[in-house]
Amino acid sequence: MSQFNEMYQGTSVRSPYARLENWVAAMPQELRSLKQAEAEALFRRIGITFAVYGEGGDPDRLIPFDMFPRVFAAAEWARLEKGIKQRARALNAFLVDVYGRGEIIRAGRIPARLVYENEAYEKAVAGFVPPKGVYSHIVGIDIVRTGPDEFFVLEDNCRTPSGVSYMLESREIMMRMFPELFRENRIEPVDGYSEMLRRTLASVAPKKCKGDPVVVILTPGHFNSAYYEHSLLADLMGVELVEGQDLFVDGEYVWMRTTEGPRRVDVIYRRIDDAYLDPLCFRPDSMLGIPGLMDVYRSGGVSICSAPGAGVADDKAVYTYVPEMVRFYLGEEPILNNVPTWQCGKSDDLKHVLANLPELVVKEVHGSGGYGMLVGPKSSRDEVERFRAKIVEDPGNYIAQPTLALSNVPTFVEEGVAPRHVDLRPYCLVGERIELVPGGLTRVALKEGSLVVNSSQGGGVKDTWVLAE
Amino acid sequence: MRLTVDHVTRYHYNQAARSVVQSHRLSPSIFAGQKVIDWEVTVSGGTRGAAFRDGAGDEVQGWTVAGPVSELAVRVQGTVETVDLTGILRGHKETVAPNCYMRATTPTRADAALEALARRAAAPDQLTLAHALSELVADAIAYRPGVTHAHTTAAEGLALGEGVCQDHAHALIAVARVRGMPGRYVSGYLFADADGLLHEAAHAWAEVHISGLGWVGFDPANRCCPDDRYIRLGSGFDAQDAAPIRGIARGGGREEMDVTVAVQQASQ
Amino acid sequence: MLSRTADNLYWIARYMERADTVARLLEVGSRISLIPSVHGYRSEWDSLLQATGIADAFAKKYGDPVQRNIESFLFFDRDNPSSVASCITAARENGRIVRTALTTQVWDALNTAFQELKALERQPRSELELSRLTEWVMRHAAMVRGAIDATLLRNDGYNFLNIGYYLERGDNTARLMDVKYYVLLPRVDFVGSGLDNYQWTTLLRAMGAQRAFHWAYGGEVTAAKIADFLILNPQAPRSLTTCVAGLANHLGRLAKSYGRETEALAKARELFAGIEATTTDGIFEEGLHEYLTRFIAEVATLAHAIHASYLSGEMR
Repeated sequence: MSQFNEMYQGTSVRSPYARLENWVAAMPQELRSLKQAEAEALFRRIGITFAVYGEGGDPDRLIPFDMFPRVFAAAEWARLEKGIKQRARALNAFLVDVYGRGEIIRAGRIPARLVYENEAYEKAVAGFVPPKGVYSHIVGIDIVRTGPDEFFVLEDNCRTPSGVSYMLESREIMMRMFPELFRENRIEPVDGYSEMLRRTLASVAPKKCKGDPVVVILTPGHFNSAYYEHSLLADLMGVELVEGQDLFVDGEYVWMRTTEGPRRVDVIYRRIDDAYLDPLCFRPDSMLGIPGLMDVYRSGGVSICSAPGAGVADDKAVYTYVPEMVRFYLGEEPILNNVPTWQCGKSDDLKHVLANLPELVVKEVHGSGGYGMLVGPKSSRDEVERFRAKIVEDPGNYIAQPTLALSNVPTFVEEGVAPRHVDLRPYCLVGERIELVPGGLTRVALKEGSLVVNSSQGGGVKDTWVLAE
Repeated sequence: MRLTVDHVTRYHYNQAARSVVQSHRLSPSIFAGQKVIDWEVTVSGGTRGAAFRDGAGDEVQGWTVAGPVSELAVRVQGTVETVDLTGILRGHKETVAPNCYMRATTPTRADAALEALARRAAAPDQLTLAHALSELVADAIAYRPGVTHAHTTAAEGLALGEGVCQDHAHALIAVARVRGMPGRYVSGYLFADADGLLHEAAHAWAEVHISGLGWVGFDPANRCCPDDRYIRLGSGFDAQDAAPIRGIARGGGREEMDVTVAVQQASQ
Repeated sequence: MLSRTADNLYWIARYMERADTVARLLEVGSRISLIPSVHGYRSEWDSLLQATGIADAFAKKYGDPVQRNIESFLFFDRDNPSSVASCITAARENGRIVRTALTTQVWDALNTAFQELKALERQPRSELELSRLTEWVMRHAAMVRGAIDATLLRNDGYNFLNIGYYLERGDNTARLMDVKYYVLLPRVDFVGSGLDNYQWTTLLRAMGAQRAFHWAYGGEVTAAKIADFLILNPQAPRSLTTCVAGLANHLGRLAKSYGRETEALAKARELFAGIEATTTDGIFEEGLHEYLTRFIAEVATLAHAIHASYLSGEMR
């Protein structure tokens, strides 16, 4: 399988990386170690650590940061940006549709079962159109590259994609450590993200809101692995970071408890799952959440971002139909392709998957974070067979994809610099407008040959550059 | 038939609650089978909150009560003019796709016994099949109060062979789904007349979605379809999802609840 | 500001101040133990445990008050919620929760203290001298306090931090004095003796106020002078009057910026007026212990009022 190296084509350097060759050549090993330690100290000092669920260990673990940037040329990005926005538009159109008349289902373009019987489909919000017709306000689209012009979408994250703090902090740290790189290369800034996000959230204030909308970020709390991100975003946007206990419903509105008495809240950017929003609506057994929130939401007293129910669009089985959504709602051809996907729930697909298991990547439909996943070519025969049994037991729970030859980017490793596989997660913001900053989160599989970029499984992050024209 | 309802739910908290939030589905459904003459819901010390009609067509009304709350009374009083539509939910506006109700919840999940029960019915069309399933459920679960509880599942109810309207409804939803028909739980009121109908004035039954006809009500507990003695309030996947009152008290210690319901025929 | 945020800020201050007090107590303890006394050092250490209100918890875990165990318990033990380690960890955790309400410098000071604490915990105890540990705590407490004063916006969050500091400090001063009077000196015939003076001096040292005291009063150390200094002197940074004035000041600033007077402010003003009207004679007439007990109870009432007025989130 030939693998695309984003920096080198044979012995020549591709143009976006032109100025990085000298930079890396001119950096002696000692300086590199020094810089690496400096970067780590900076990350730790600002407190950008993350914890992995259920792993125990150090709750202040650092995500490995690789100083070698990942670079896109202006033209490459322009095409990606178009494709990402197109996809975000289609996903939102789909959500409004399936909670409304369900035209795409009536037209027979996507099976009713897949949508209406989906765990992530919230009956409670059927018939409701959120402000500006937006369900998913922050769409994180995971993209991999296999060639100069070949990009594939691995999955969509329509609920509460995380990781944007790494995009912001990686850039901060790179600028602090290597100012000369930013003088030599014309790199598009990403620090407009927080203002863009604030604007997006404010633009979907509910109709009952008068004046400047009060926006808050709702976090599960400081034990959550992404708490740093929640607090960073709150800080950058100048909004309160609240927990469920800080909010309550009184009359027709949601209020937060402040030292000056109750203050009305108009827009909630929530970083918690639907199930924990309102015990009256979703989980009667849960003491978490804000009782009565969903009633206020449904009657237009508060906006929730992403809207409850948005998860049905990023289901891995629904994913297969996103190109169809682009055609159906936008009347356009998809700019970004899906990875060919077999749904084990379909008997023909299942047959193919079982026959070719060692070559495929198999994922759980509702899994995330690289758990419950089989990477055929990297697995032992035993592992493959064990997974086969799981698929046969509950085929509908699995999808399979070919193992893609993910692109490589030079990465600092023990022995020097070596190619490692990367992916990309840009964050598309959808409100009154659709926008995204030029950049995203590049995750890198630090283990040689590994295709798993998840931070929970040995992945790291890189600064992602988009060069100005 | 003109029916009057007087339904009072009293809550008592052994430690005063700091606040209480409730979400009500206590308004009669709007459809061709019933017309509201007058209807009022009051909550002692409560503030009326958000109100809207949800995707399943139910009127939802939120309430909040600022603490300290030791006692709380929710009173429903009203008069409804009903018409017998032989169970058919005609003229009911809703946006939730019937397929949505193909999803099983814990109380309505079919086990092997429920599946077997479902397979025993044979019928040329869906409507006849639904009637047959309702009869089978009525035969399989004898009406007997006190043997099951709020969290009894359909499978448990069938295994016991006894239960109340909630167990009948859950079981019918489960078997209908096995036979490919969406089913849902309906809560409402029943006027128990002299005909020996089971006198649970706060009642529950099931609706089965029949292609071409829409939602049709079945009350296995009384071996009939809802007629003009029934007042429909709201629906859901199961009893919990369709509960007319859902509420949470913050820091209220133990909660005791007392319900009285009277449904009568209005003297014209 | 969110009530919960205010609560976190308030507790950052209280925990840092508490860590500082515990470190000072440890230093006093080790100092006393170097001097032969009528009780022997064991009971001196015991009195320290009484002072921090954790004698029972200690006895349960370790039994006899052996210096080394006391050091561990007061400094490192996570089972002791008032240990230096517990306080610094809690202060930093509260800080992490309200990271956005702090400046980088304040967070840095809190986080550095915590990171260094973890490093200390990894070192063998035999390599750690007590004096180094106590100095370390006082240094970091001062760094946090300094970062707050130097860099924080003078907004409501700043007021809540200061309210926490003054409340904890006033309470601690009162308790320390009470310990001296009741535990260090159980027998009335010691009053005025050399031992009495020695113990008062040690107490002053614990509050880092020994030299200040001599500058202000000179001459012999007497109970009356000490009471005046630690209770009534507005120049003494840890005196009760300084702490109560600080509370009234910061609660007053909150009331002004929120345009709302609260029960907490009324309570603080009442407390301050009471101290203003107090004389040393009056204190000794009432009895120092009785006076301090009453003060501690009033501070607790004030803490409840602050909670109800600002921190609970239940205000309408």
